[in-house]
Amino acid sequence: MQDFAEAFRLAFSLILEADSDLLEIIGLSLTVSLSAMLISSLIGLAVGAVVAVLRFPGRGAALVVMNSLMGLPPVVVGLVVYLLLSRAGPLGFLELLYTPTAMIIAQSILITPIIAALSRQVLEDLYGEYAEQFRSFCVPTRTAITTLLWDARYSLLTVALAGFGRAVAEVGAVIIVGGNIAHSTRVMTTAIALETSKGDLALAMALGIVLLAIAIIVNAALMSLRATATRYAYA
Amino acid sequence: MLEALNRTAPAKPVVARQAAPSHLLPMRARGLSLEIGGKRLIDQVDLDLQAGTITMIMGPNGAGKSLLLRVLHGMISPTAGSISWSGSGFTEAIRRRQAMVFQRPVLLRRSVAANIDFVLRLRGSADEEKRHAILEHVGLLALARQPARLLSGGEQQRLALARALALQPEVLFLDEPTASLDPASVLRIEEIVQNAHLSGTKIIFITHDLGQARRLADDIIFMHRGRVLEHAPASHFLNQPATAQGADFLAGRIVL
Repeated sequence: MQDFAEAFRLAFSLILEADSDLLEIIGLSLTVSLSAMLISSLIGLAVGAVVAVLRFPGRGAALVVMNSLMGLPPVVVGLVVYLLLSRAGPLGFLELLYTPTAMIIAQSILITPIIAALSRQVLEDLYGEYAEQFRSFCVPTRTAITTLLWDARYSLLTVALAGFGRAVAEVGAVIIVGGNIAHSTRVMTTAIALETSKGDLALAMALGIVLLAIAIIVNAALMSLRATATRYAYA
Repeated sequence: MLEALNRTAPAKPVVARQAAPSHLLPMRARGLSLEIGGKRLIDQVDLDLQAGTITMIMGPNGAGKSLLLRVLHGMISPTAGSISWSGSGFTEAIRRRQAMVFQRPVLLRRSVAANIDFVLRLRGSADEEKRHAILEHVGLLALARQPARLLSGGEQQRLALARALALQPEVLFLDEPTASLDPASVLRIEEIVQNAHLSGTKIIFITHDLGQARRLADDIIFMHRGRVLEHAPASHFLNQPATAQGADFLAGRIVL
């Protein structure tokens, strides 16, 4: 219990002193996860919108696959990306293994299905409201999709933030493709794992507190966005 | 106002008013049927609709009125029969010259003005002046910046009607647009519909309200169990229905 309190005291002093190692790790974590969120949002929202609006053969199977991929095990994603980017792999010539780019790729693969599946649900519900009126107005498919994306923007932001939350808390994939190299690919989750195994609980705890603070901020943002969306949609 | 809503008001005389006839009319439907899940919901409907009139569709719940409207608007394909608008088969180009307002207004999650802009852009004619004129016409100009879904039920329906009229349709389908609205809102909607009619738009209007039929209708289609039992001038149907079912409906009895 005393060790625990001491770890907390050290953690807070590291945060308050704005320890450079700590800031570097936090900065890289946010850069990697925000980049992954942006890439995944571009792909996931487009896929979600198309599946929500279009009716095509095999759509049911596509939905099953999309929903199943939400539960992709991070270590499996890490392994696949590792095999693709390793020197002997098909993308080895890019020399991306053990770089932040590889970590962004892995996190993007991990959260794209989440963003696609959740946005599909949001957009399909809204399309259910609009579909008959769109048909009456002869709204082209592309216009229908852009209209849905714009009108559901608040709900879709919550979807994107949910993806970010998943990415920033993930450890299995980034440790495989990033290698947890100091000052290069060390992010909060991999650093926590390493420092805990080394017994440096203060840094691990400080990172844990920051990670928790980010989770709280993301959730607060989600709640606020949901309230705004509800006000606009159903007031 | 109450006087205007008096349900015993005399039926509107059948006279063609000063309205430029729609080029889409006449509409001719022959042997129109619709089956869903093995159940025939529209049954061998033959119908002729002319320009320059307000046609009202009446009948008990489940008669197939809304389905018939959707079939005529090309939103649902009939399982049998044919529809021609001015001699041509149904195409999307024809639907672009029509508009429909639903019982429950479907408004975009945007401002009142943006809802109008949406349809103006669809027809490639978005400009502030047009939007201003349309909103002024339906009495919503002061609410232009409000989120559409913050409006009252009557205002929402007026916005839905304004949006449909912004398309300058030759035929306007109205699926019980005044159901569950207060008397003042009903009158405002009727006024807008009358103006659209007078400017040459063919109106096809579903209602359960006999007073409204007396105030607006030139001709009435009476439906029961997916079939058109009567299509007659409003005064004939409302005063001397030709079928027992029509008489029961007008008397407020259960229609068998």
